[in-house]
Formats: sequence, C-alpha cells, structure tokens
Amino acid sequence: MNNMGLEEYKGVFIYAQQVDNELSSIAFELIGKAKELAKDLGTDVTAVLLGSNVKGLTDELGEYGADKVIVVDNPELETYRTEPYAQALAAVINEYKPEIMLVGATAIGRDLGPTVSARVATGLTADCTKLEIGDFPINAVPGKEDEQKHNQLLMTRPAFGGNTIATIACPDNRPQMATVRPGVMQKLPKEAGRKAEVIEFNPTLEKNNRYVDILNVVKAVGNVENIMDAKVLVSGGRGVGSKENFKMLQDLADVFGGMVSCSRAAVENGWLAQDYQVGQTGKTVRPQIYFAIGISGAIQHVAGMEESDLIIAINKDEDAPIFSVADYGIVGDLNKIVPALTEALKAEMKNK
Amino acid sequence: MNIVVCIKQVPDTKGGVKFNADGTLDRAAMLAIMNPDDKAGLEAALRIKDQNGAKVTVLTMGLPKADAVLREAMAMGADDAILVTDRVLGGADTWATSTTIAGALRNLDYDLIITGRQAIDGDTAQVGPQIAEHLGLPVISYAEDIKVEGDSVIVKRQYEDRYHEVKAKMPCLITALSELNEPRYMTPGGIFDACDKEVTVWGRADLKDVDDSNLGLKGSPTKIAKASDKVPKGAGEKVNLDPAESVAYLIGKFKEKHII
Amino acid sequence: MDFTLDKKHEMARGLFRDFAETEVKPLAQETDETEQFPAETVAKMAKYGFMGIPVPKEYGGQGCDPLTYVTCVEELSKVCATTGVIVSAHTSLCIDPIMTFGTEEQKKKYVVPLAKGEKLGAFGLTEPGAGTDAQGCQTKAVLDGDEWVLNGSKCFITNGKVADVYIVIAITSITEDKRGRKKKNFSAFIVEKGAPGFSFGTKEKKMGIRGSSTYELIFEDCRIPKDALLGQEGRGFPIAMHTLDGGRIGIAAQALGIAEGALDRCIEYTKERKQFGRSIAQQQNTQFKLADMAARIEAAQLLVYKAAMAKATQKVYSVEAAKAKLFAAETAMAVTTEVVQLFGGYGYIREYDVERMMRDAKITEIYEGTSEVQRMVISGSLLR
Repeated sequence: MNNMGLEEYKGVFIYAQQVDNELSSIAFELIGKAKELAKDLGTDVTAVLLGSNVKGLTDELGEYGADKVIVVDNPELETYRTEPYAQALAAVINEYKPEIMLVGATAIGRDLGPTVSARVATGLTADCTKLEIGDFPINAVPGKEDEQKHNQLLMTRPAFGGNTIATIACPDNRPQMATVRPGVMQKLPKEAGRKAEVIEFNPTLEKNNRYVDILNVVKAVGNVENIMDAKVLVSGGRGVGSKENFKMLQDLADVFGGMVSCSRAAVENGWLAQDYQVGQTGKTVRPQIYFAIGISGAIQHVAGMEESDLIIAINKDEDAPIFSVADYGIVGDLNKIVPALTEALKAEMKNK
Repeated sequence: MNIVVCIKQVPDTKGGVKFNADGTLDRAAMLAIMNPDDKAGLEAALRIKDQNGAKVTVLTMGLPKADAVLREAMAMGADDAILVTDRVLGGADTWATSTTIAGALRNLDYDLIITGRQAIDGDTAQVGPQIAEHLGLPVISYAEDIKVEGDSVIVKRQYEDRYHEVKAKMPCLITALSELNEPRYMTPGGIFDACDKEVTVWGRADLKDVDDSNLGLKGSPTKIAKASDKVPKGAGEKVNLDPAESVAYLIGKFKEKHII
Repeated sequence: MDFTLDKKHEMARGLFRDFAETEVKPLAQETDETEQFPAETVAKMAKYGFMGIPVPKEYGGQGCDPLTYVTCVEELSKVCATTGVIVSAHTSLCIDPIMTFGTEEQKKKYVVPLAKGEKLGAFGLTEPGAGTDAQGCQTKAVLDGDEWVLNGSKCFITNGKVADVYIVIAITSITEDKRGRKKKNFSAFIVEKGAPGFSFGTKEKKMGIRGSSTYELIFEDCRIPKDALLGQEGRGFPIAMHTLDGGRIGIAAQALGIAEGALDRCIEYTKERKQFGRSIAQQQNTQFKLADMAARIEAAQLLVYKAAMAKATQKVYSVEAAKAKLFAAETAMAVTTEVVQLFGGYGYIREYDVERMMRDAKITEIYEGTSEVQRMVISGSLLR
C-alpha cells in the first residue's frame, strides 16, 4: 500500500457508539484511553457520534473527557446498519483526517470497523487490550536508525484464544485503526459541566445496493444487568453441580452487592443463561473481586477474567489450572466453604 | 443458486492448547481443523442446498495442506473446492487476505457468499466484512439464522442484547456464527468421493483485478512489532485447609486488603 | 508394503473417532448401566451411512471397503463396545451374506434399506444345543407349497428383537452317506420380523456389551415365502461359515477397539494418579506394562487390517479372520485385565470405564467362534 501524506492526519478519534440513542459504556472507555494517547502525542480527543436525533448526547461525551464531538445526525442512521454508518464514518475520516481512530470491539464495532478500514484503505487491529504510543520498529534496526518511526500507535492484542500476544503497528497508513474490547480500558471520572466543542457534519449518504432492510428488532428480555458492570463477580463452573447450588453463589454475591456469573460448562448444563458466561465465547470481565468456584480454569475461561483485580479460586482439585491465576487458592469442598464464607462475611460486616 | 463458502484451516484449541517446554505454543502438536464459524457457514449453505437446491463451492486461502479442509467440506456435501495458495500471498493481514479472496471470488458466479464470523486463531472478525467491501456487496455479520426468500436472504443478525431481522438482496455476504447450527458429519462415502475429486488450485496469476501492492506481507498495512506467547499470570497463594480454616484464611486476607 | 492408512481411510477413521467421542462416549456408561439398546445412536449412525459402509452405492451403501468398516467398528468400540457390535452384527452377519449369496431381487429388497440403516439386521445360527458344533442344530424348515415352515429356536442373537431382518440357518433335509451315516443339510433363510409364527424369548442379561439387544428367536410354524431362501437349498452350512469368517473380522475390530480404549484410559490415568509422591506413570512397572500393551495392540491391529484387506481381495479369508479374531480378542482380555489392575481400586468401580471394558472384552473370546474354534481353524490350515 502507498504512503499517503501521513503528516496531514492529526488527532485521536473515537467512535462514540450509541444504541437506542443511549451512549454505550465503551464510548467513555475509549475516551479514557484516547486521552492518554492524545497527551503523549500533544493532541486532543474527538468523539464521533453517528445517529438520528443524537445531538443531546454530546454533553455526556464532553463530561467524560472528549475535547471535540463530531456529530453526523441523519434519519438513515436511526438504527445501526453497516452501509449508512460506514459511509458516515468514512466521510468523517476523509474530511477530518485523524491519525488514530478507535472503535469498540462490539457487535457493531466489529462490523463497522473492518468495513470502514477497508473503505479508507488502512489497517485495522482487532480486539486490542493495550494501546500505547511508541516506536516502530520497537528497536531500531542497526544502521537504519533513521528509518525507525516515532509516535506510532502500538496496538497489543491477544490471539489464538488468548494464548498469544501480538503488538501491531500501522506505520504507513492513516488513520491507525483499532477496535478495543469492552471492559478493558478505564473511563475517566465524569466531570459535570465539562464541555466539548461540537461540530455538526452532514455528509451526503448515498443510497446504494448495499443497504439492507431491518424487518424487526427483537430485544432480549430480562437482560438488564450486565456482568461486565459488576464490581464483584461470584462465578461458578461444572463443580457447582446443579442449578440449585448457584443459590449459594448468589448469597455470597449479595454480601458484596455483586453478581453471579459462570463458565461455559454451567451454560451448557443449563444452569445459567449465556449472558452470564465469562470467557472467550462469553464476556471479558474485570471486577475488583472475582470468585472462581468449581471452575477448573480452561484457558478460554481464564482469557475472560484474568484481568480482574483480585482472583479467589475454590476448587476441590488441587491441580486445577485456575489456581495458576488465582491470588488466593482454596483447595476444598465448595459446598462447605461457600456458605461458611458467606456467614462469616455477614458477621464481619455487622460488627463494623 | 450459487453459494460460495470461504473457510479457513486453523489449529484446534478445543482439546487444550499445547505448549513447548519453553512456554511457546506447540502449533505442530495441535490438529488442523476447519474453523468452527466457517463450518457453521458451510452447514448453512448445505441446508439451503438441501431445501432449495444450490451449488456450493468452498474456497480457502492458505498453505497447500489446507487442501484437507476443502476435502472435508466436500465430504460433507460441497460440490466444488478452490485452494488459493501462492508464496507471494504469505504473511497477509486482514486487508491483504480480504483483497486476495475478493480477487479469487471475482472469477466466480455467486449469489451468496458466506464466511465465518471469525477464525479461532486470529479472532479478528474482519475478513468477511472486508471481502464485502472489496466486492461492493451488502454485508450482514453475526448471522444466527439464514433463510432464502426469492432473490433475498432474511437473516437474524445478533447483537449483545438483541437481534435484528434483516433482509438483503442477493448477491450479498453473510458472516456466520457457530451458534447458527450443528454442522453435519461427513459420510464415509462422501470422504471417498471427496478424495477422488479435483481441487482447483489458484495462484497469484488467477486473482482478478488485484494490485500486487495489496498482497501478502508487503501489502499488509498492519505490521507485527512484537509477538510472544502469553506468559501466564503467576500463581498466588494456595492453601489446603479444613473448611473453617479456609474461611478464616480468606477473611484475614480480605481484612489485609481492606475489602472488609 | 505400506503399513500406514491412505488418506481416505485416515480421514474416515477421523470421522468415526469424532463421532464416537462426541455422540457415543457420553452415553456409554448409561447404556451399560441401563442395558438399553442405544436406538438414537443407531439412528444417527444410519443418517451418516455407518450402517452400510462396505456396501456398493447402487445398493444404498457408502461404496467403501472392509477396511473402512473395520476402522468404524474399532473406533466405536474404543468408547462403547455395545455400539461396535451392533454395527458389526448388522453389517457382517446380515448384509454381507445377502450381498454375497442373494439374488438381485433380494439385494434390492433387503440390502438397500439395511445399508441405509432404515432397517437393522441380525443372524441366527446358535441354538441351545449347538454352539461351537453347528451340526447340532435342530431348527427345521419344510417346504409347504409356496412357503417354508420353520420350527425351532435360536439363542444369544445379537440385535434380536430390534432387528427387522434375520438370516436364519435351518435344516432342510437329512441324507445318508454311503456308509449309512446321517447328515443334516442346512439352508439359509431371510426372515422378516413380523412373519407369522416368529417371536422372541426373554432378553438375556449379560456380563458385558449390555446395551446390545440379545434375544432368543422362536419359530413356531413360522411361515415365510418360498423365495426367502438365501442361496441354494442345502448350502446353508457353507453360507453360515463364510458369514462367520466376515463376522470374525468385525469382532476382531471390536476387540481391538476395546483394547485401545482401555490403553488410552490407562495412559491418562497413570499420568494423573499419584502414589508415593509421583505419578504412577513414572514407575517403571507401569511403563513396562504400557509398553507391552501398546506393542501387543499394534500387532493385533496389523492382523485385523490384514484380514480386512484379505476380505477385500480374496475369495477365502478364513485363516486371516481366525488369526485376527483370536489374537485381538485375547489382547482385549489381557489388556483390560491389566488396565484394571493398574487402576487399582478405582479400576473395580463402575464410575471408571475400564471395569466395563473388561466385562465387554470377555465376549470377544466367545462369540462368533470361541478362541478354541479359531485355533481349530488356524491349525486345520497348518496340518492340511
């Protein structure tokens, strides 16, 4: 691919995802990370907001740290569809030329990101868990020190089911695009009254053969709480043994005001819905405390929870792989330990 | 109706990932399988074939040994197979890969292209939508269900907390989720036939309307700065006590950490 | 000489292994415990063509060969010997004689649905008074106008009651030779379930392969059409013997699978199980036993595959089949016994599959010709 006037591209942009005219948490997480990158580059952070009647959302983006918000407000953008959204985002990129464009690795972002990156002919790194500014190559090739490029976005991502880690750069094309897994980056504290500069941009959205018709939108019922938002997760696996036994886990979670989650085995046994599954094929979580109870710790599960601040594992098998990531590992019978722990915690909290 | 299913050969991570003594991945010890999302896409195509009649072609880009997944696909019921392989295509990122596959697809008649959502080795979910972009086709990602209705497809498109029922006119591209279906097994007779069939092999010269500057490692805008196998997080403390002592131990730790 | 499977057979083996691991293994314990015939598994196998592997496509089969069929029985038996014998009895003892000796009409009528798995097959030779000595059979068939009338009974019939089509051997005449000795002349018949006068006795309660359906067949003035005769009248004995030659290859494959399955479990277990501070796989006693078992199993495998190739290429393969069955069956018994020993107390407990495998192994030394019969066949060929 050809170099394309890279120096024209300035600023860190994030795609501010909204669904039903409500901003997704990932938008704020991306702003949080973008602020760090922008500081290193000496530039500012622009949130790109696409939708219909979404101008009311710009204040919140400002309060979470966006310096500018570019809004494309168009009735075609009412509900997410690949083509009009890709047209709008590509138009923003072509017009405002960001050096970095971050998108959430959500079911929307993982469709919009690749479509737009191909449309503007740049690279895209998927599902990043770490972003930083650095040099490429990381170590200059001896004798070719002047070919080393500085101020590059270095995008780190797991691959191979979390078993390998690669750091990727996009040195010759702009913008440098990445999708970022939800729950990995930290949002900044909300600063009430902080304002972003709002730029309204109205590109023409061309109606072409690539539009699809939405016949129906069916929202999942009873899926209001999200394990990704919980500060404490009490997670159960095959060892819990039955749906009824999950009550014990719920009791423990209640002590902390936390939630119950689970491994794939629990979903396969029909003990909990897939919405509560942690891991490769479920959700990536990062609570302050993660209890892994009766979970052996298959690599696919660990990939979804290892970033938790504190991991406590309870398992009767002393060789269970979960112990290799646990801060505190308890070998023993969960049926005895969990209820006793719940009671002890309740007693401790009462004494306070 | 012509359906092309794009499939990839990937190392199997299901039976546990194997490591070398130095902690690096032992790729050679892992079986090479058809990527699960792709297999679901193939099954979806075969069901359309069973119900409406269709010719199903499978296409893969990879090393010559990727022939194995094409044979598997034919043993399941695919009619034709194409292997795109060439040294100059190696080291491709998703841009260069999708450019290559689009270049191959331009030689074919298709009404529907199905890819898996993502491969279990790269996990990017990018190649499907990018092929659609190169070919100027409508794309529906994350398909949970696919129905053919006249000249259109009706797809259940999955999101985190909902699905959209989406209608697209063919030709179009769909990316399939492994939740879509339970793929069928091969049959013994299908295996024997598949091994006797010809697999069409295409190289760089067979790609249509593709510029060299967009192919292979050189044509990949993303470059690997550093790659390593993951070093597992170090284990903390592990105790094996009776239940009451275990609880006391944890309460002590919670106090230490000011959690309670 | 090449001792590796070619691409087709390797790929087919991969299919059977995948199917066995995913569909059969999870049910093996329950099948044994409840003694229930695994009808759903058989229906799935039918869907994927496992019930007609060596049968030509024009007769509803898969158009593969005996070696492919053998790897199927082997892989199934690795995880569930019951499932292995269902396929073996159906294919070797029912489809094979019809394919070999049947008329075109019989092949069309019976083999097509059998090979597609729409119908299940069985074979009846053994009687209460006639096991190894088949000449002791009493079941008779008499031609009465356009019908044969069967009287007698057959016992220990695999797939009994669940099968739709039965090959039954019965006496059709008794002749005297020059010296005045009486000789029974047998004929083979195809009997369909539901024929008037055809019923089933009680279900046998067995030591092993407990999910396979083993019944007595009872014929009381059972009337079947004249054209139910398979092959020539009076040629029933050679038909039965030829059928058993093929059946022995299937049972040899079943025995081989049982031994392989037990060894697989043993390797897993001895790596995990710790005694005296280290895994028992680190003890030399274990290592040597594993080595002996592995070597013996591979020898059995070569004999079984050789017999399968002989069936594909030779008219007569009695000795190859006998050697394969003798050695594979005795290997299965020896290996499973050794594996139970290495498991110690856990080996004796039903929760661990090796106890079942040891019970399953025993029958392979008995049915379709005991090990003693195989020795007779082999020595007979040596001393001819």
